[in-house]
Amino acid sequence: MVVFLLIFLLITTLGLFLLPRLWKYPLTLLSGFIIAGASLTFAIPALFQGISYTESFQFPFWQNGVNIRIDRLSAFFMLVINFTCITGFIYARSYLKAYMSTKSEHSFSLHYTALIWLQTSMLSVTVIDGGFAFLVAWELMSVSSFLLVIFDAKDRDTMKAGINYLIQMHVGFLFLLVAFLIIENATGVASFDNLTVYFSTHPNIPLFALFFIGFGIKAGFMPLHTWLPMAHPAAPSHVSGIMSGVMIKMGIYGIVRVLFLLQDNLLEIGAFVLIISIISGLLGVMFAIVQHDLKRLLAYHSIENIGIIGIGLGLGLIGRALNMPLIEVLGFSGGLLHVLNHSLFKSLLFYNAGSVYIATHTRNIEHLGGLIKKMPYTAILFLIGSLAICGLPPFNGFISEYLIYSGLFKSLYHIGFYESTLMLAAIIGLALIGGLAIFCFTKAFGIVFLGNSRSDATLHAKEIDKPGIFNLSFIVFIMLLIGLLPVAFVEPIFAVVNQATGITLSSGVQPVSFNNIMNISIIGGIFVFLVTVLLVWRYYHLKRLNAVSYGPTWGCGYSAGTAKHQYTATSFADNFSTLAQPILQSSKEMQPIETADIFPTNRHFHTHQSDVIKKIGIDWPIEKLLTLLKKIAVMQTGQIQHYILYAFVFMLLILVLTFFNFI
Amino acid sequence: MLSLILIILTALIYPGIIIRTKSIFSGRKGPGIFQPVKDIFVLFHKGSVFSTTTSLIFQIAPAITLATIITAALMLPFGTQPAIISFENDFVMFAYILALGKFFTIISALDTGSGFEGMGANREALYSMLVEPAFFLLLATFASITGYTSFSDIFAHFEISNNHYLIIITLISFYMLLQIAMIENSRLPVDDPKTHLELTMVHEVMILDNSGFDKALIHIGTMLKFSIYGSLIFNSAIPSNLSLPIRIVIYILLQVFIAFIMGIWESFRARNKMPRNTIYIFTLTAIGMLAFLLVLVMNNKF
Repeated sequence: MVVFLLIFLLITTLGLFLLPRLWKYPLTLLSGFIIAGASLTFAIPALFQGISYTESFQFPFWQNGVNIRIDRLSAFFMLVINFTCITGFIYARSYLKAYMSTKSEHSFSLHYTALIWLQTSMLSVTVIDGGFAFLVAWELMSVSSFLLVIFDAKDRDTMKAGINYLIQMHVGFLFLLVAFLIIENATGVASFDNLTVYFSTHPNIPLFALFFIGFGIKAGFMPLHTWLPMAHPAAPSHVSGIMSGVMIKMGIYGIVRVLFLLQDNLLEIGAFVLIISIISGLLGVMFAIVQHDLKRLLAYHSIENIGIIGIGLGLGLIGRALNMPLIEVLGFSGGLLHVLNHSLFKSLLFYNAGSVYIATHTRNIEHLGGLIKKMPYTAILFLIGSLAICGLPPFNGFISEYLIYSGLFKSLYHIGFYESTLMLAAIIGLALIGGLAIFCFTKAFGIVFLGNSRSDATLHAKEIDKPGIFNLSFIVFIMLLIGLLPVAFVEPIFAVVNQATGITLSSGVQPVSFNNIMNISIIGGIFVFLVTVLLVWRYYHLKRLNAVSYGPTWGCGYSAGTAKHQYTATSFADNFSTLAQPILQSSKEMQPIETADIFPTNRHFHTHQSDVIKKIGIDWPIEKLLTLLKKIAVMQTGQIQHYILYAFVFMLLILVLTFFNFI
Repeated sequence: MLSLILIILTALIYPGIIIRTKSIFSGRKGPGIFQPVKDIFVLFHKGSVFSTTTSLIFQIAPAITLATIITAALMLPFGTQPAIISFENDFVMFAYILALGKFFTIISALDTGSGFEGMGANREALYSMLVEPAFFLLLATFASITGYTSFSDIFAHFEISNNHYLIIITLISFYMLLQIAMIENSRLPVDDPKTHLELTMVHEVMILDNSGFDKALIHIGTMLKFSIYGSLIFNSAIPSNLSLPIRIVIYILLQVFIAFIMGIWESFRARNKMPRNTIYIFTLTAIGMLAFLLVLVMNNKF
């Protein structure tokens, strides 16, 4: 398989560079489908029938070789990757159309190649069982996504965001490398399989910490997230969708792999994951609320959703530590299902944000408004994505949050004081995250799509093409399927968790009974039915009365209001940002109106939102380092005699130190 | 089924009793208690005026909001009589489906493009976000007392354990649910439904542009929401081992009593200043935490 894959990739890459312009996109799509199809032939039996696939491949020139292992967990992630990549590739056509005339042929070739390589490398990450081949795949993933982010490299900010991303990924890579070296040193082979051996004989926390930082930078847990809000807005929207939908989940995949194999200190690690996830979730959504850039807002929401996934994983680990298999299964499967759910609605939201950007050439939501009249399909799709990301029924986000809530509430009666407070923190955290997400997405949807347009940016807005809409509707279809028929999706995920953790629930016990999940479907059905009845009634009622008239919005008696009188994104977020000022630290610049100012002149109002964690964790140390280095730079005189002097002093120092036996 | 019928029946008189109480306390005769219901019938015969700014969202939002409230009502039990649909952690569904309704109310207000309605939408979004943790805390408290995780199970087993401390939890939950009901229904002290100035409104200003059929649906939703929260209070306060007819009588009396309390409360209290509202709602969460701590003590978990 490995050989065929490599040959196929080589041919495709060559083809993408050599073929004429018109052929490039179809070839990309075709190879995307071929890779997806080929990987699914392994993934589907593995996921639904539990038939694991293993292959050992020895490179002629490299002693390590590649061990391929496709079990249920890998298969689940493969399915998620393939779905989002395919929708992303299809959406790319609609998005890239606008760049056809401005970008050179080679940048397209490079972009398409990177897309294919990103898909392949993500798939490889999920199937390679540790070792240095895993790190190679991991590195390929980072590099290809870097190439995708800097598609618009002429823009300085894009390039900066890309470089920032590349550097942070390599910091993460370093941690992973060290972690794998430690395993190899201790057990002989650096594979995930050997982790069990390692963890049962060595302390668990240090190695887990290395893995958590390495994978966590990719996933975007809160203190490690700073690349996310920069890279996502900079990347083209189909890339943002794929990156946020599935690539950051590779970090989750890594953490899950390691989590399942832990042997000791489960409670401490579980509590750590839970707390850091609650913080990520809350801070992620809080930062999201005050953003004006639509895609940056969505990027912060990715951090929030990583937090929700992490809450599920932490809960599962705590359940395992307390020997409560029910809680364990609910936590892990809630987290994993949220991986699938988030990949669906987040990619949908990013694609729609891309459509808005292509139509209006701005991502600043303060300049938008009233787009629902010009882009009705995009608006409805965005609305559905918003509802789903807020975890509202009858959409898919609710199901995974429901599973996590189930685990949290179920454990409460049986556990001790400290665990109870942890669970309570998680419950409050999830409830607040849900509430804040509603706050954020009513703002995002309301300001972008509803009301009147706030600037000329929306004048020439046009709906995206029909195939694009059809493609996005398909994502919505899957989302509704999960939301209304969760049984079909929850069962395989339980199987994934069962296989990976080796839990065998006593016969007859199901984590969430079939009945419960069916009831969610029934409630969803009743709700949809009620909405339909009410709307049909409304339609005939209005028709029968025939007394509908139209007029301006109620303006308190003043009917000459302009679009500027509407609430803006800043004003919508204002009462929240005032409340959360100690955490958000947003700054306002304005010149207050004095009482004597009877005829105020023109004024400026400017708000600035900075990421406090980035400021403390990255900007501040770098600034200090730079000042230090600048001071040292005094030595760089450019005169050769000085440099010879330095060498002489150095040698003298060595001599003196050896003389006194210091070195 | 019984629970749903009772909820609908008491919903009919709820706002009427509040208004009547308020008018008596302010020295007026006031309208009959069925006046709000009659108003709804009037609204059904009226035509509608739509703003030209509005879109599809504005048209569908009232229907969706009402549907969420009815769906939520299906999940409420009546003591030991289980709800029409009951399953584990149905309260998560309950809270989230009501939140769905709120989402649509908020965006339908933003759909009008009016500064006033944007302001109301923003305030409602903030307040309902802050109430959510308090509600979940209360349910976490219930779940740790009883060990059950659905409305029907919790309320059927709530009073049966012979722990005398339970009376404290009952009192706290009575207070919390009453406050949550007041906030969710946009009553004093967080919001004042009788204010006449758009700038000081929260919920009222969001539905300024709704008229006719849509407005009627919104009013029906408000009435139902009152009796839904009343029903929650009944379930958590009244022992479920009494005989059925007595419980029905108590239910109706309790609902009337709660409406009466709300009326008195609104007659003698002014609305909070807007910035105080957040603190006021946070207090509820704090009380909920105390209740939860109390349960941990009760269950000897220290």
